[in-house]
Order: sequence, then C-alpha cells, then structure tokens
Amino acid sequence: MAEVVLMKGNEAIGEAAIRAGCRYFFGYPITPQNEIPEYMAKRLPEVGGVYVQAESEVAAINMVYGAGGAGARVLISSSSPGISLMQEGISYLCGSEIPCVIVNMMRGGPGLGGIQPSQSDYFQATKGGGHGDYKLIVYGPSSIQEMVDIMFRAFSVAEKYRNPVMILGDGMLGQMMEPVSFPDETPPPDPRSRPWATTGNRGGKSKLLSSIILDPEGLDAHNWRLQEKYRRVEEEEVMWDLENAEDAEWFLVAYGTMARVCRAAMTMARREGIKVGLLRPITLWPFPKQAFEAVLPRARGFLCVEMSTGQMVEDVKLSVEGKAPVYFYGRTGGAVPVPRAVLKRIRDMVSGKAPSITDYYDRVAGGEIK
Amino acid sequence: MKAIYERPRALKDIVTHYCPGCTHGIAHRILAEVIDELGIQGNTVGVASVGCSVFAYNYIDVDFQQAAHGRAPAVATGIKRVLPDTIVFTYQGDGDLASIGAAEILHAAARGENITVIFINNAIYGMTGGQMAPTTLEGMRTTTTPLGRQPASQGYPLRVAELLSTVEGAAYIARCSLHNAANIAKAKASLKKAFETQVQKKGFSLVEFLSSCPTNWGLSPQEALKWIEEKMIPVFPLGEFKVKEGEAR
Amino acid sequence: MTHEIIMAGFGGQGIMLIGTLLTYAGMKEGKKVSWLPSYGPEMRGGTANCAVVVSDEEIASPIVTEPTSCIVMNGPSFAKFHKALVPGGLLVLNSSLVKVDDRRGDIRVLKIPANDVAREVGSEKVANMVCLGALVEATSCVALDSVIKALKEVIHERHHNLLPMNEEALKKGASLVRAGA
Repeated sequence: MAEVVLMKGNEAIGEAAIRAGCRYFFGYPITPQNEIPEYMAKRLPEVGGVYVQAESEVAAINMVYGAGGAGARVLISSSSPGISLMQEGISYLCGSEIPCVIVNMMRGGPGLGGIQPSQSDYFQATKGGGHGDYKLIVYGPSSIQEMVDIMFRAFSVAEKYRNPVMILGDGMLGQMMEPVSFPDETPPPDPRSRPWATTGNRGGKSKLLSSIILDPEGLDAHNWRLQEKYRRVEEEEVMWDLENAEDAEWFLVAYGTMARVCRAAMTMARREGIKVGLLRPITLWPFPKQAFEAVLPRARGFLCVEMSTGQMVEDVKLSVEGKAPVYFYGRTGGAVPVPRAVLKRIRDMVSGKAPSITDYYDRVAGGEIK
Repeated sequence: MKAIYERPRALKDIVTHYCPGCTHGIAHRILAEVIDELGIQGNTVGVASVGCSVFAYNYIDVDFQQAAHGRAPAVATGIKRVLPDTIVFTYQGDGDLASIGAAEILHAAARGENITVIFINNAIYGMTGGQMAPTTLEGMRTTTTPLGRQPASQGYPLRVAELLSTVEGAAYIARCSLHNAANIAKAKASLKKAFETQVQKKGFSLVEFLSSCPTNWGLSPQEALKWIEEKMIPVFPLGEFKVKEGEAR
Repeated sequence: MTHEIIMAGFGGQGIMLIGTLLTYAGMKEGKKVSWLPSYGPEMRGGTANCAVVVSDEEIASPIVTEPTSCIVMNGPSFAKFHKALVPGGLLVLNSSLVKVDDRRGDIRVLKIPANDVAREVGSEKVANMVCLGALVEATSCVALDSVIKALKEVIHERHHNLLPMNEEALKKGASLVRAGA
C-alpha cells in the first residue's frame, strides 16, 4: 500500500492529476477551488508541465480545447459561476470530441450565489449546460480518496471515448482534509501517439478538429454517431455503491458530500431498528438505473437528499418508474443537511408522514419545512 | 518549359466559397506561399475562427483546429504550450478578433504567446450578412447602422494594430493592405516576418490585412479595392507598429 | 469510539493549525480522521473554526453538529458552540479571554488560562497549543506524544526553531488537566 498522507481535497485533486500523467492546467481564480490552480502553479513546473492563468474561464476552457486537441492530458477546474462561463467551450469540446477532465467544486447559486458547498449544478453537468445534443461523463465522488481514484479513471475514460469528463465535487470536498494514498504514477502520453491530434501533418494527410458540419445530413449522422458513443458509455462506465442493501427496505439516495451525511443518518436510523440502505450514484451521468432495478423488489420508499432544491431526484423518479414512493429533502446556499435532520425525514418516510414531493415544495414555500 | 508561377503546396486545389472580389483568397495564397517558403507545412497547426474564413482549413493544407467565435488565440495558446516547437497561427476576422474575442487577443499578446495572428479587417461582418463590426468606419452604412455608423451612439472604429503595439508581450505588429499588387507584395513580406518572429521564438506576432467585402459593401470588386485605398487607409494607416529587436526569449 | 471535535476562535489564533495537528496525529496512530474548516470571504480576522473527527471506525460525515468536545478560544465562539455540545461533552475554555460561566451543568468545562500560560512559555501565539494539550489529555483521543511528533510535520520548516516552545505549550496544557484544572 502506498504511503498515506493528509491532504486537502483540492490539493489531492491536483496531485492525483499530475500522477495520472496530466501536465497541463488552465484556470482562473474562484472560491472555493483556488487551492487547485495554486497547487498546479507550484507543482507543474517541477515535473516539466505548464500552468497558465487565463484571462477568464471562457479563455481557459478554450486553451483546454487547444491543448487537448494537440494530444495532451489536460485538467481544468473552477466553481459554479466559472463553470457556467465554460459551457460554450464544453459544447465545442464534445462536438469536436476532444478529451479533458473538468473539475467543478460546486458553490451555491444562482448568479453569484455564495461560496459554501452546494449541489445545484447537477442539471448543468448531467443534462448538458451548453447547446446541442451532447453528454459529459460525470462523477460525483464522496471522499478525497475517491476523488483521487476517480481522477485516474477520469483521464482514461475521457481518452477512451474522446469526450470531456467532469468531476462534480463541492466546496466541502475541496476544503476538507482526509488521509489519502495515491495509485502508481502514470507517465504523460506522447501527443504524437494519438492519430487524431493536431500535431502537424508531417507530410501526411492534414488532420482537423472541428464541430461545424453545415450539411444537415452530415450533422445528423455526426449526432447519431455521438449518441451511439454515449450508449456505449452507459453500458460500460456506470458506477454506484450500495450499502446495507442485503436487508434494507428504505433507501437513501445521495451523492458526494450528501452521501456522507446520509451514511451517518443511516447508522442512526438502523440503531432505531429502521432498515435503511444507501444507494450512492458514483457516475451521475450515466445515471445508475440498474442499481434501482436491483433493489426495487423490496424497496418501500426512496428518500433523495441533495444540497439543491431537487435535481437528481428527477433521475431517481425516472429510475424508480413509479414502482415505489420517492421523497425528497434538500437545503441550498451552503446550508448542509445534518444527519439528525435526515434521520427525521427517514422517520417521516417510514411512518407515512413524509410529504409527497409536490407537497414538499408547497410546504417549503409556506415556511413549514426548513 | 519552366514553371514560373504555380499553386503553393500548402494551398489545396479547391475552389473557395468566397465571393468574387473578396481578398480572403489573396490572404490565403500569401499565407500558403509563406508556409512553403519557410518549409513548415508539416509542422504547423492553424486555428480557424468564426466568420467567412470558418472553412480556412478546407483551403490551407496543414493540421487545423476550429475554434469557437473569438476564442482562437486561447485555442492557439493551448496548442502552442503543448507543442512549443510547432508553428501555430490563427486566422481571424474583425468581428471575431476585435469584438467577441477582444479579451483573448489582448491577453495572448500580453502573455507574449509565441503565435502568429492573421487579422482580416474588412470593416464589416461578412458571413452573417453585413452588420456593423468594431472596425466599421464612421458614417459607414451596414445592415445594423442603416443611417451610417453614428459615433454618438455606436462608437468609433478600433485600431487593433496600434492598440496591440502598446503591449509589452507583442514582438511584431504590422498593418498591410491587399488592394493592389504592390501592397500584396508588402503584405506577404510582413506575414513572412511575423512567422519568422515565431520561428525565432520572439513572442506574439500579428499582421492586420485591410481587406475587401464587395458583397456587403455594395460595391463592385474594383470599386471595393479603391474603397480600401480611399476610405480605409486614412483611418487604418499602414506600416509596422512594433518590431521587437534582439534575441529570442 | 468517535471523537467529534470543534475548535473555534479568532482568525489568527492558530485554530486551523491545531486542528490539522490533531488530525495528523490521529492518522499516524492509524485512526480514521477528517478535518473540515469553515471558510469565508475574509482573509484575516473574523472567526475561524474547524471540525475534526478522530475515530476507530470509518467516518460517515466530516460535518460536526453535535461535538463531543470543543476548544473555545474567544467569546463569540463560546456563544456559538457551547450549546451544541452533547450532554457529558467537554468544553476547553480559554479563560484568559472568555469570561463566562457555563449554565448548562451537563458538560465538563475545563477553564484553561491559555494566553497567560502561553506568555509564560514564551509567546501568546502558542495559546492554541495549550488548549490542544488540555483537550488531548482530557479526551485521550490521541496520545500527546503523537501530537508532539506531528509538530515538525505540520509546522513549516522555516518555523522549526519554535518547535520546543510549541511542545512545551502542549505539555503545559496537558499538565493543567492532570493537576485538576
């Protein structure tokens, strides 16, 4: 086992990327992810890499486009408002099929919002925040160790499918420290080993990375080819974790930081004799529908907990297909649901007192639920 | 028989989609000639932008990336940082470079990014149908300045070459015109100098080409060339605005 | 056993540092640990707090809302955290700066004149270490020796001339508890 070190999430993300063979980082400061560019600015030159502080997130994501298109393994990070600015570039990356890894340490929105942890960019990440029919492959790790392990996987998946991958963290995962160990180092790839990368034609056929196809038939075909790729991703890359599934009748559904809180609430509930399990999606897209199919026969209810007003819960409902009740509990703006509050919702669900999702929204609006 | 004039190797044998009388074709040709003369065709990556020259990669035979509107200098930065010994250029129009991409061009110059920028200034948005550009002349009619550009409400044309020549990181900045043979020869010499600046790793280089758009100007090709000489050059004077001497960085 | 600890005070009192130190010491003992800082827009001043969990089991949530023990180094932090402690919890109070009385009655309060003790050791800057020494002694969440060993790993090399003073402050805090503070 490799050496265990104590690291902040944001720094561990940077170190993991470097050890996964990334030598290029383009960024722009925004709280709560500044430790990532700061770490990269210090570490990359030590390993022969390049850090560029761009003039904006708009420019930064396009530098990623250029560098990724030139065959490099590239990382970019930001937090919610900055990720919004990158949506144009992300759409182009998907259209031109250029691999890269994007980290979003989510903070509260909309607008400038706040700087505390949030999960309100789920829709933006998983449903396509920019224009066109495209998909990002999205991971929602729940510990620093998992962020590190996923960083290695993220680069290989991005390159396997020639598609951007997003790691959806939040301010808490970025700011906290936990012991972490790093997998063996992977050397950076040779850009010229990628046949599609624009590295100069060397007297052969010129290569092109482009997302413009004006011919309707051609663009239609391109889109269906992308869809075929996304179906392969759905088949091959979906990841989830099930805890206490053996005997659970009630399921908490949560990812990232919220899954940690739900795990604590689950332990409290089980002490009270309530058979609670935790279904934790690790890939948010593709969403692990299969995990629901496996537990549906004995599931009496699902409680989706998010640091948002209810985004992933829509995918939960689509996966449950009306075969069991789905409930929701969420806080926003940096208010993190605490284990005891989740426990209360579990009790309500079990006793039949939990409001339906529609009622839930009404009661929140009426000030009845906080 | 000796061939004294032929298609440059870096120019593909394809009829362009440009309008009759448009000087994009001339700019493409001198770009291809410079690539041939410097022997860099196999080690060059171009960045196409958004505008009439969006399909530049169909004509110039080098590796290409297609950038989002205005972002070509950022894309070129990414390529050059990965491949510092590969020649990287962008080919951008006035809307792309001086309006939506104003931040990207300014900061690429400020960083002294060792890339070459070919800037086509025809004072109008061509591809979208003749709207006002950041370089549209005072009083000039476009589809979005139907009464002519009024400085009081629509501002003044931007002089990109002059602006960028004040930036420390810029190594070579020039403005040329494509309206007649003598000026085309000068334009090619300037473009070659810009690429040589990059080869010598001296930093950011940009050549602005005053270019014609007979279709959207509502002029014949010949009138358009005359219009460049009579109307554009007084506003956009020709010459070298910055030539950084000395050693490579 | 799971220790859920909150450390709180003014920015500049070294709250984050003692949190990191305890977390590091716990990790070196092979325990499960997590450290979670509060963070805000201010770079200096303001109040700072961090949550440290030291446990024999996997840590579910790094968020601490019902601490088993607390270090409170200034008045505002007392107001914020003393009610949150679990019944039977431990409050390490910097009595040099916080002149209040606990009215709960169901928690253990250790009044440590941390700034005064630190001044005797050499600098008020190590008042944080006095408090940490007291907490470690009173909770046994890690061994004091592990914290002392962690000092040189957590404190930047350029301050290593101050290691002896920090060590003395930790020991002094612990000895106050042994003496029945």
